[in-house]
Amino acid sequence: MNIINFTPVPALIGGLILGLASVLLLISNGKIAGISGIAKGMFNSSDKAWRIFFIAGLILGGFGYHTFISEELKTENILNIDLKLIIAAILVGSGTALGNGCTSGHGICGLSRRTKRSFVATCVFMAFGMLTVYLEKLF
Amino acid sequence: MKLLFALISGLLFGIGLSVSGMTDPHKVKGFLDITGNWDPSLALVMGGALLIGSILFPYITQKKKPLFESGFSLPTKNDIDKFIIIGPALFGIGWGLIGLCPGPAFANLLVAGKPIVVFTLVMLISKVVTDKLKS
Repeated sequence: MNIINFTPVPALIGGLILGLASVLLLISNGKIAGISGIAKGMFNSSDKAWRIFFIAGLILGGFGYHTFISEELKTENILNIDLKLIIAAILVGSGTALGNGCTSGHGICGLSRRTKRSFVATCVFMAFGMLTVYLEKLF
Repeated sequence: MKLLFALISGLLFGIGLSVSGMTDPHKVKGFLDITGNWDPSLALVMGGALLIGSILFPYITQKKKPLFESGFSLPTKNDIDKFIIIGPALFGIGWGLIGLCPGPAFANLLVAGKPIVVFTLVMLISKVVTDKLKS
């Protein structure tokens, strides 16, 4: 194992901002900042408005940062419209729907609330993510 | 007021993801590549978020209610069923294949061109369909 591309300072600062964002949503709206659940609820919940505002903020936040602060996001060589992208999108969509959460809902908010379910979920998706990257390199 | 705060929380979340580098699928796959060229950054992103969250979440949820709502909406389920294994396993495979989870998919929506738009749309359809089939 070699350690490469490690960016500890932006990672930690970004993490702290993510923590603050989750805390702000909890203290203002009483909601968990789980992106998969919020996104799903834009279509099938009775409480759509705050979800749409949150997701709009998320889209604009990423857009604003990459437009006005740093343009550094090169995804051309990793994201192409191909079968792999479609399969990944289907798996991410169905997996987060079945497991009721993703990296944010289970990984940040669930672990912050110290729930057993989120701990299990986080371990499982980390392990399967690592296994997938390992297997992809073999083939 | 609650909608304004939902918007600000979303904005902060998008900025946090971008600052942390997690909108870049290379960095996510780099973190998952633990046996090869490992990029530990994601661990510090989680660490930073959990530092704030684990201190403040218990404190906030002790309060009677949030600032602009009549109560907290917190998940009540805490049992380990088959869905909490199968779901994250499928999600983990997709995440490992492409280096994107739902947060960065949205944060990149206006930044990373057509592939991200396709990814996000397919992900949303898959989510809604799975949810319908599940219930």
